Amino acid sequence: MLKTIVRNLLRGPVTMKGPAPAEAGIEELASRLDRAARARLGRSLSIREVDAGSCNGCELEIHALNNVIYDLERFGMRFVASPRHADVLMVTGPVTANMRDALFRTWDATPDPKWVVAVGGCALDGGLFKGSYGIVGGVGSVVPVDLHIPGCPPRPIDLLAGLVALVEAAK
Amino acid sequence: MLDHLASIGTRAGDHRPFPRFDLDREAWAALVATLAEKPDWSLVGLWADTGIVHMALREDASGAVAVVSLACPEGRFPSVGGVRPAAIRLERAVQDLFGVTAESLVDPRPWLDHDAWPIRLPLSADPPDPLGHPEPYPFLPVEGPGLHQIPVGPVHAGIIEPGHFRFTCNGETVVRLEQRLGYVHKGTEWLMAGRSVAEVAKLSARVSGDSTVAHSLAFARAVESATGAAVPARAVWLRALMAELERLANHLGDIGAICNDAAFAYMLAECGLLREKVLRAADACFGHRLMMDRVIPGGVAADLADDGRQLLARLVTDLREAFPPLIHTYDEKASLQDRTVATGRVATELVRRFGAGGHVGRASGRGQDARRSPGYAPYDELDFEVPVFADGDVNARVWIRIREVEASLGLVRQILDRLPEGPVHAPVPAAAGQGMALVESFRGEIMTWVAVREDGIVTRCHPRDPSWFQWPLLEAAIEGNIVADFPLCNKSFNCSYSGHDL
Repeated sequence: MLKTIVRNLLRGPVTMKGPAPAEAGIEELASRLDRAARARLGRSLSIREVDAGSCNGCELEIHALNNVIYDLERFGMRFVASPRHADVLMVTGPVTANMRDALFRTWDATPDPKWVVAVGGCALDGGLFKGSYGIVGGVGSVVPVDLHIPGCPPRPIDLLAGLVALVEAAK
Repeated sequence: MLDHLASIGTRAGDHRPFPRFDLDREAWAALVATLAEKPDWSLVGLWADTGIVHMALREDASGAVAVVSLACPEGRFPSVGGVRPAAIRLERAVQDLFGVTAESLVDPRPWLDHDAWPIRLPLSADPPDPLGHPEPYPFLPVEGPGLHQIPVGPVHAGIIEPGHFRFTCNGETVVRLEQRLGYVHKGTEWLMAGRSVAEVAKLSARVSGDSTVAHSLAFARAVESATGAAVPARAVWLRALMAELERLANHLGDIGAICNDAAFAYMLAECGLLREKVLRAADACFGHRLMMDRVIPGGVAADLADDGRQLLARLVTDLREAFPPLIHTYDEKASLQDRTVATGRVATELVRRFGAGGHVGRASGRGQDARRSPGYAPYDELDFEVPVFADGDVNARVWIRIREVEASLGLVRQILDRLPEGPVHAPVPAAAGQGMALVESFRGEIMTWVAVREDGIVTRCHPRDPSWFQWPLLEAAIEGNIVADFPLCNKSFNCSYSGHDL
């Protein structure tokens, strides 16, 4: 273990360079973020992840944001354990009927100002599960969505770009 | 077992590759009684179709697999749950989706249906309207001095799928855990019925995102069995390559995450880096980090890129260098071992009774691996070990993963050396039939059953994720442990919510 630590110290970090904010993300956001909220937020985001019915593919890639390559925390963003601590809800999945209440109550428990980022194709409009009796549709049909990050699942780099765009827009 | 089933039922003609027998009610009831006396006939699956219920069984000693079916036009069949407890949740699900009732079911409470859908019995011929007045779910009663309950979920504190856990505790000690699942129910089986093979393949890939290759493979092989499709040799080998990369990525991620839940973040950081390397290699070779939609009926959708062989060979070399020191770290840190050794024990007897596979089964002495038995190509030509441990604790489940990482690295190397040339896809013939496949995912054995019409429409598809037989054992594993060790136990199981809830 000591050997690995020393080698890692000598080698330097493996963290990759951060992406430029995505244009589309900023546009989508600009109309929704009010000036006062931007001033209050600063450059720090606490994110609460909510799986509202995903196949867990999105969760795997969201997890990857925490690994040493992407290292989300260097952007001032971190995942928190409670909606009470969160600025952002990151929601995945076509919202299932069985998760609708839980998602709404999680959103309701998140203090203002708050933003909702919908992650993945399902979260937009139900994706492949559209039309099923088991889902109520995209995240937007239960809580207001500020930013959608497409992909099935989106790569961590896309998630990162979306989040950086969120912070850049919130300056 | 096959002789016995043939003697009590009629062999159905179009079911491949395992035989299917139609039973009448008496024969089914007699079989249930026989199962009570045959502990080595394990349940592989139980599912329904309109007016019919199917059950798949395996004789552990001989490896023989068969399906039995009972037409139940009145919507009732003798319950199997009494002799095979693994069937209880499956029977509750059948009841919720089809309205087919398992008589004398030990636990008749609804399972997937939370009374939030716009219809009831969605897969039945004539779904009625919802009840419209959801009643609180009746959790099992607990009585005794000093007991208190801790409800957790469906929204958990981490980046994790939703489910509800009801802990009953005496102080810090858990005396009972009761799970309530179904939150991620997306109506997948309902969506699958009546769609083309290509569309159902996409849904299969999303049964559980972490085992997307294995679920796609199970569906593809079931369809190929049903229709008699021949898969090009190169595709068969590429499928195994993808499956082993998937196993590597998941096991590496799990080893790190389990250690992290034992407050040893160093392993998460190091294993997370290795997992990322595997995913990037998969992306470079097959164009998707999780290799979703890459295995399709008839072959694979993407051939290995030209430089893929070199890239994967380098990956294997990298991992073989980086992995052993981490294992050494895991093995020598007393603070880590203190948390994992003797925590979350599952008895061998219980694992056998539930027919649990994967790391849960193999850590408790049940060495079932679908790659070996019934086995499928190309694993019959490959050299690999199936590790089995007896302790049944968190530590044993970590060690199963460690050994399987090592085995998978060997398999990837062998596949790269012997990968045949040629096409990677062949059309699926227009033929009707019923097919079944058993595939070993990183989590354990997946069973997929499919019925295809001649025009390429899937009339019924039932994927059974390994989690069905592992979730109930988690309830047993946590008993007598402290609440704070639940995340550790849970992560060491790593059951799929999506794969179970569908």
